[in-house]
Amino acid sequence: MVTKCQVSLDPAVCEMYEKARRLGVETAWDRYQAMLPQCGFGETGLCCRHCLQGPCRIDPFGNGPKKGICGVDADVMVARGLDRAIAAGSSGHSGHARHLAHTLKKAIAGVAPDYRIKDRNKLHAVAKRMGIPTENRTDEEIALDVANAALADFGERETPSLWASKVLPEVRQKRLAEQHLLPHGIDYEIADIMHRTHYGADADPINLLTAGLRCAMGDLAGCYMGTDLSDILFGTPQPVATEANLGVLKADAVNVAVHGHNPVLSEVIVAMAREMEPEARAAGATGINVVGICCTGNEVMMRHGIPAATHSVSQEMALITGAVDVVVIDYQCIMPSIVNVAECMGTTVVTTQEITKIPGATHVPFKEETASEDARKILRIAIQNFARRQGRPVDIPTHKSRVVAGFSVEAIVQALSKLNPEDPLQPLIDQIVAGNIRGVCLFAGCNNIKVPQDQNFIAIARRLLKENVLVVATGCGAGALMRHGFMDPAKVDELCGEGLKSVLYAIGEANGLGGPLPPTLHVGSCVDNSRAVALAAAVAEKLGVDIDQLPVVASAAEAMAEKAVAIGSWAVTIGLPVHVGVTMPVTGGPVVTKVLTEKVREITGGYFIVETDPEAAAKKLLAAIDERRATLGLPVPGGVRA
Amino acid sequence: MRRKEIFVLAERCMGCHSCELACATAHTTDRNLHAAVLRGERPFAYLWVDKFGAQRVPTVCKHCLRAPCVEVCPTGAMHKAPDTTTICDHSQCIGCWMCTFACPFGACDRGDGQVLKCDRQCLDEEGVPACVRACPTGALLWMTVEEFAAERRKPRRRVAAAAAG
Repeated sequence: MVTKCQVSLDPAVCEMYEKARRLGVETAWDRYQAMLPQCGFGETGLCCRHCLQGPCRIDPFGNGPKKGICGVDADVMVARGLDRAIAAGSSGHSGHARHLAHTLKKAIAGVAPDYRIKDRNKLHAVAKRMGIPTENRTDEEIALDVANAALADFGERETPSLWASKVLPEVRQKRLAEQHLLPHGIDYEIADIMHRTHYGADADPINLLTAGLRCAMGDLAGCYMGTDLSDILFGTPQPVATEANLGVLKADAVNVAVHGHNPVLSEVIVAMAREMEPEARAAGATGINVVGICCTGNEVMMRHGIPAATHSVSQEMALITGAVDVVVIDYQCIMPSIVNVAECMGTTVVTTQEITKIPGATHVPFKEETASEDARKILRIAIQNFARRQGRPVDIPTHKSRVVAGFSVEAIVQALSKLNPEDPLQPLIDQIVAGNIRGVCLFAGCNNIKVPQDQNFIAIARRLLKENVLVVATGCGAGALMRHGFMDPAKVDELCGEGLKSVLYAIGEANGLGGPLPPTLHVGSCVDNSRAVALAAAVAEKLGVDIDQLPVVASAAEAMAEKAVAIGSWAVTIGLPVHVGVTMPVTGGPVVTKVLTEKVREITGGYFIVETDPEAAAKKLLAAIDERRATLGLPVPGGVRA
Repeated sequence: MRRKEIFVLAERCMGCHSCELACATAHTTDRNLHAAVLRGERPFAYLWVDKFGAQRVPTVCKHCLRAPCVEVCPTGAMHKAPDTTTICDHSQCIGCWMCTFACPFGACDRGDGQVLKCDRQCLDEEGVPACVRACPTGALLWMTVEEFAAERRKPRRRVAAAAAG
């Protein structure tokens, strides 16, 4: 059995990759090979197609054209391209959040009976943060105000968007306001980017970058809002034990993969799957096995312990098993090619959203008003497919890892409160000060076909854990770590340095787990990067410092999507050093590259670290952590480096 | 095996200039586009994509067996290497542009004061020139004369298919 390959570090993926090759089923890796070499102008960001006079290409070596036809230079060209990527990413996260806001309103109005306010504590906490009165009001009244406030964060506002400002320490809000980096409406900033990157508008690279970062802060608003509203509607995650990797598929069950992002869909699929178990058993199945792919998988894993099948670049591999009866999708990060793989393997792809239709898929419009009915329709397709599949051999890799997931900030604080009930954050701060926790690294973002899947995440996390860096992870970064056992508490001894080990054991034992917390903490989906912000903001406020002083870093080690560009950009804006493990299409602009990797630091305290070598990246992240420790006057392992 | 040559199927050229960029990149210290750009290296491309009417045409030195550029070079800078490729010893080039004058293809142009032409010092680990490797449409082919001629004798579409395959 093939368990090693060039394309992925994940043995289950390798097994399926080999099967796909054997069957002649085309995969993303085949298409990548066919795409090589990729265009150097595009790679460096020096191809502009914004107007019909183009495409214009600027020679990065300076011997050919130095300007586009309209006269833009290399820096303007790459800044415009980056801005549009940020705007696209922001529209994705905020579209997800808006969907949730409308769902909440429908739930309150009583027209979407499958949804309700599930977590009133979270509702009250959000209302309080946003200045919405709660005294002597019903939850429905408060929730309506929260939903309306959320929707009011989109259009042009007199004041900054609430979810991009109120979620930050005051000192950071003030600093960003002074630098014109707080968005005045999420949609407004996205439209502003489209305007200023239009032919003949903004041609000042610094001005363009400022607008890009402001728009990225709109992305933070979308992410944060997405998390808040999901928690209100579906509950704030608590630690839950489950499993990850293709081994979670079951040959004798109806396998339904939820793929995409928004729990508005996947929550109802999970609930209805439980209800429809008898129907599945009547068809000869042992039950309905819902598994996750990508971030919607993270959402239902966090809240229901639904196992994760696979993530990101290996999404086609789940279908190659031949065991998936239905893949039901909403939007974002869904390769349209899954329809072709599905056709080969007997899977039905079900699209549900007006904004994401794929020819060859079965479209079942999913409406909040008729959610359970729609979900039943989808699950019935799965049961029918199972009946047809029965008796046919499937190839389910045996690989799966134990995962403890569900570390919302609320859950982390609750776990810490067992150590210090009056002041739960104090133990965390004490451990950071003592050096048992050297710093914190957030792993976020996607897999990227240009990197053997998971290679960068695993190499960097391995090094940082040994160096006692507390690792939190979201999205497909979390997916990478979980599939390789980095969220299995039993791996703490193997993976973590002594200091970190002692902390994870102390918290685990104080919470009656009989062992440590997992080596890395799963904090959720890609919108849940907001949870890392919430934690950093809480620690900063308690210490009376700004976020850019904390020994906290982020790594999008295998970034792919425009959403990742937006997240990376706001993470820099709120003051974090942000590692990106693939080259970004800005290297053709020397000024822009310098601003993003150096000069922006003078403005926000954050900056990009572009490093494709994972070992070198780990060193740079550690150096960034140590630099901040030294500035705070905290001990640095091995002394302060010059 | 006989030496392979770069053949051009101009009708397949999209004018993307990828061959030029790949050629220039292949003439940097570590053949890494991003690294070279960030270091500020400024290598030249040794081939050119021009447009004549609607036709885009990549032009690259043919390494002619009886090369006019070699014959006219007054200093012997332009010379034949042992493998019969035509290369210029820049230490002897006086910049008289006789090679440019003599070349029937326009494949000798001006660089930093000296002649600029394909030197075939760009082959990858599989021995394929950077421009050929970079061409997304198969407008540049890396074949022996015999292979190309055999393809040419077939109906035209097959040449394109051979290039793609």
